[in-house]
Order: sequence, then structure tokens, then C-alpha cells
Amino acid sequence: MDKEPAEEVKEKEVLICRCEEVSLADIEAAIDEGFITVDDVKRRTRAGMGLCQGRTCGKQVALLISKRTGIPLEQLLPSTARSPVRPEKMGIFEGEPDA
Amino acid sequence: MEKREVIIVGAGPAGLSAAVEAATAGCGVLLIDENSKPGGQLFKQIHKFFGSQEHKAGIRGIDIGKRLLEEAENLHIEVWLDSEVCGIFDANKVWVVRNKKETVLLQGDRIIIATGASENAVHFPGWHLPGVMGAGAAQTMINIHRVLPGEKVLMVGSGNVGVIVSYQLLQAGAEVVGVIEAAPRLGGYGVHTAKVRRAGVPFFVSHVVAAAEGKDRVEKVRIVQVDPRWNPVPGTEKTLKADTICLATGLTPLTELAFLAGCESTYSPVLGGHVPWHNSAMRTSVRHIFIAGDISGVEEASTAMEEGRMAGLQAAASLGHVDEADAMIRGKAIQARLDALRSGLFGEKRKNAKESIFSAMGNSNNGAR
Repeated sequence: MDKEPAEEVKEKEVLICRCEEVSLADIEAAIDEGFITVDDVKRRTRAGMGLCQGRTCGKQVALLISKRTGIPLEQLLPSTARSPVRPEKMGIFEGEPDA
Repeated sequence: MEKREVIIVGAGPAGLSAAVEAATAGCGVLLIDENSKPGGQLFKQIHKFFGSQEHKAGIRGIDIGKRLLEEAENLHIEVWLDSEVCGIFDANKVWVVRNKKETVLLQGDRIIIATGASENAVHFPGWHLPGVMGAGAAQTMINIHRVLPGEKVLMVGSGNVGVIVSYQLLQAGAEVVGVIEAAPRLGGYGVHTAKVRRAGVPFFVSHVVAAAEGKDRVEKVRIVQVDPRWNPVPGTEKTLKADTICLATGLTPLTELAFLAGCESTYSPVLGGHVPWHNSAMRTSVRHIFIAGDISGVEEASTAMEEGRMAGLQAAASLGHVDEADAMIRGKAIQARLDALRSGLFGEKRKNAKESIFSAMGNSNNGAR
């Protein structure tokens, strides 16, 4: 469908990662630069580094990479999980026992 | 460092069932949940469940939740609420933050991860506007907090979550302006779908959201028909007045803790994507760690409860609390109930997907012993 240019621009401005305000255009640009894993896109754009840690955008980033590069979704692993897997305040580390 | 025989992460249907089973077998159990109440999503399931008698079919989710809680109380299971498990290290150490302030490291002989799943998002212009939310979030608002998320709701996705939440939104007093489905056919069980249709809600198959519009929140939504290659069909756009858009576009297993702990992953599109590999005993590639419920593949509360029982039983057996012959007999009975739940048009696909996970690594060196 032919779109009005204004609408096309609007679509590219759609946020994929709301926490870090990373747009569809940002992510597509990163993929075109060769960042073709969920972790790589995260490192390049910060998508998935916010409060929700990619729980909302992670799967969408994988879909966008797959769509643009043809890499099957099976090969696009979720970004590497690190502890704490829940958002915590730095203050709690004060009393942290030695692991 | 404090020690427990079995530490269970998540007190939803899977975690609660695992706790009851393991405690019944004689294990010392600690059940941990980040919420201030146990039960997971069960207490917002005000509809009756499917299955046969032994699956508690015909009983509402909320009542199943109450029964499970009673069982757990009668067994004096130790429960930590408002407690977030932030990491699992060295295969058996669990890092917990209690009440957002106290940090505790525990050692578990066995860990059962039953963290559930999170809702999938889809993006379209305007999806960041207030008023766009997960269907599960809307269900929590109406059934737990008794707050209507909006007055005119568009439901995106016609699977069971989409149609069940649509009906409950109607019951709560909202108007559902439509249910749209990107696929050419509806996805939910007929009985749920028909109730919504009988209430006069229009269904639009092969339709997606083109854009949500509004100044400070959703005021209207444009939907458009798509062709078999998912391209918008010119001239098919419709504008609906809506202040709320609910996304019922599937769930993704919450796998962070399992992958952080080193569990091998396997991929199953039918079950929600990448999941920790597990065998039919719900044991992962890390031998201390078991999983149950949506983390092992998105299904339903009824299957989650049976998987929880399986994980609880097998964890107890692996610690010597149940003798081998007994564990085998009871395990077979649970498996038979799981197979019964995974039958029929929708169930068969899940059964096959589960079996291909079980066989994916069963013979490898990384497989659970």
C-alpha cells in the first residue's frame, strides 16, 4: 500500500524499546550495520537495557532481526540474563553476604 | 548460609502444586514469590476450567487457587512473599531480596523454577499511548483490583486469553468494540468465543492495528485488513472509537533465572519460544534444577498444576523421599493426566511440541541424569 510520506516517517518513529526510547528506525539501522543478535542490538542501541530488561521489546527485536536478515527465530536467543534479574536499589548491596 | 531441601521460585499454580507434592513426600520446602499474595494468575481466573473431573474441570480458577492454598497451609509450607529471586549461582545457590531491602543467600538441594510467562507486545504507531496494555493486565485490573481500564476496549488477538478477557470486560461493564485477529481464523475455544459473539461483539479476522491515535491517551484506533502475506489491503481501513487497546498476542516463558543458572535451552514456537530443555520428569540439564508451568512452555493453568506435581514428586524422589517404584507409578499417573489435557485440536500440537523437547537432548551428555 502506498503510504503518505508523513505516515511512513511516523511508523519509523514508533518506539520498540519504551524504557530506553529506542525507535524502529534506530533498530533497523543497527541491524543494517551488522548487529544481528538480540544482545548485539542491545549493546548498540540500549534496547532492552531499561527497567523491564527487554521483557517487552526483546521478542520484537528478535522478530525485526529475523525479518530483515532471514535468520530463523530459533537461532535468535534472548539476550544474556544477568543477576539481579529484578530491578533492585543499589542500597540493598550494602548487606550482601559473600557468595 | 541457610539451607533448604527444596526451594521453589514462584507461587502460581505450578509452584504451589510442586510445593504441596514435595512437602507431602516429606521434603522441607521453601516457596518464594515476589507478590504480596500467592496464587499467581489463578485468582483472576474467574471462569470455569476445562478438562475432566480429575483436572478440577468445571471449577473456577479462583476456587482452585483457594484449595491449593489450603493444602499448602495444612502442610505448614514455609512461604516468603514480597521476595524476589534475583539470581541462581553454582547450580544450587539462590539469591533472594526480601521486601526490597534484605538480601539473603540460600542453598537448595533442589530448586524448582516456576516463574511463569510474560505477555507479548506488538508495535504500531501509538502503541506507547496510555490505554494500550496487555490483556492480562486488564484482567488483573478488573478481577483483582476492581478497576475498569477503560470504557471502550479493542481486543487484539482472538485466542483464549483474548476472548476470555473480552467476556470478563463485558461483565465488568466495559464495551468491547471488537476483537481483531491477524490470522484468517479465530484462535480460541469455541465456547468462550461464542459467548463473546452472542453478546454482540464484532470479530474481524485477517485484521491488524494500523495505528492508535489520541493526544494524551488512546482515543481511536485504525484497523486494516491484511492479505495472506500480511500486507495491508488498500481501502479496508476502519476507524473504531476506543480508549483502551488490549494486547492478547501470546506469552513468552520467563526463562532468565534458568538460563542464568546455566540450563540448556531449546526452541519451541508452539510453546512460546526458547525454553529450558527438560525431560518428562521436568528436570533441566542442570541436575539440581527442575522447572514447571509456563516457563517450560506456555500452556494452561491445568497443565501447569500437573507439571508442578511432577516436578515436586521427582525432586522429592531424587532426594530419596519417595522410593523408585512408587515414584514411577505416581509419575506415570501424572503423565497420563497431562496427556489427557494435551488432547484435541489445540492440545495435540502442544503434546507433540513437549515430546520433541523431551527427546531433543535426552541422550546427550548434558541431559539430566
